[in-house]
Amino acid sequence: MTVEPRIRVLLAKPGLDGHDRGVKVVARALRDAGMEVIYTGLRQTPEMIAEAALQEDVDVVGLSILSGAHMALFPRIMEQLRQRGLDDVVVFAGGIIPDEDVPRLKELGIRHVYGPGTDTRDIVADIRRALGREGA
Amino acid sequence: MNAPELVAGVLAGDRRAMARAISTVENDRPAARELLAALYPHTGRAQVVGVTGAAGSGKSTLVNQLALELRRRGHTVGIVAVDPTSPFSGGAILGDRIRMRDLAGDPGIFIRSMATRGALGGLAAATADAVSILDAAGLDCILIETVGVGQDEVDVAREAHTTLVLQVPGLGDDVQALKAGILEIADVFVVNKADLDGASQLALQLQIMLDLNGPGADAGWRPPIVQTVATAGTGVPALADAIAAHWHYLHDSGRLQAQERAHAERLLTETLAREATARLLRAARDQGLWESLVAQVAAHEVDPYTAADRVMTALE
Repeated sequence: MTVEPRIRVLLAKPGLDGHDRGVKVVARALRDAGMEVIYTGLRQTPEMIAEAALQEDVDVVGLSILSGAHMALFPRIMEQLRQRGLDDVVVFAGGIIPDEDVPRLKELGIRHVYGPGTDTRDIVADIRRALGREGA
Repeated sequence: MNAPELVAGVLAGDRRAMARAISTVENDRPAARELLAALYPHTGRAQVVGVTGAAGSGKSTLVNQLALELRRRGHTVGIVAVDPTSPFSGGAILGDRIRMRDLAGDPGIFIRSMATRGALGGLAAATADAVSILDAAGLDCILIETVGVGQDEVDVAREAHTTLVLQVPGLGDDVQALKAGILEIADVFVVNKADLDGASQLALQLQIMLDLNGPGADAGWRPPIVQTVATAGTGVPALADAIAAHWHYLHDSGRLQAQERAHAERLLTETLAREATARLLRAARDQGLWESLVAQVAAHEVDPYTAADRVMTALE
């Protein structure tokens, strides 16, 4: 018997940022949408995030950041993912990210950037679309 | 990666291949069978240690500390951590890594989170296969962390050589220690959160319970009771000693062969039941027998036993 694989998502909080209310709301929404969410907790380094993504064989990595360090940390995370051959993993980001930074982040390969007030249903729909799993 | 590449990668200890292989067995793709057939001859080397206990008893925190201690002793470590799947959405939150951040960055450790996906015994259906993959990849010790269990989820004891049962103070009186189920599967008892009131009473109750045990199949091993404070690492070296002592006991007493044989027989029985059922169902459908039998049982014209007999005789 072959079953349709569950969508696996790693949610991580890179850097020195102690606020995890938002990421927990997203984790819950993805769980309720039938996804398996691996939550790694606070203060993750780029290496820790990329290595967890590899070991957990996830389809998606979601980065939550409120500290303002995204332009320093996200390029390093993308580089660590690439070094491990995880180029096909869909990466999205959420938190407090100024609009002017968004084009540069998309150039880095970050698929979506979500700000405060995002409807979690949009995140679910974006993930399914990015994976070609609209029916999941 | 195709199956031969995955096999070669796993045997070489390539982490990407190990991760992909575990996904393959989880999703039950046709490749899983080929994969396991090739890997199985390379398994049977690692000591498999199950860690079970109630939700919030400190399993993940203890696994974190135990893995650090095993690394200090020169062993490589694989961890399979199971958390529950939602019965409503099919989704899951796998949070065991939160307590295992000390282990990040160590190439001698591989951690995989698994959702139960509807299995009820405290593990996922693919947990045993994931352990086989980590074993074939050459890891010395594999820790299986179950979901938070109640009294009756004892599957881990079938998959592990050594089962740790975590207990914490404050959850009930001494009658709890008399009950059947999870307390019977322990090879080592861990009284975690031993800095809380009631820890020494709990350890004493477990000792009294063990004193009442009659001579069982495993009369040569009395489960030790180790007190730990997992958040601080207190008692963890003593726990690692107890795990090593159990491993030596299994080897020296010949229990290991008996355990492996019982495990093999169970595996084969379960596999046969699953495969035979699938084959019978497929054939009954192909021969057009299935729909009419289902209808007859639904109409209470034929009972399920007779219907099952008809399937089997028709296909003999």
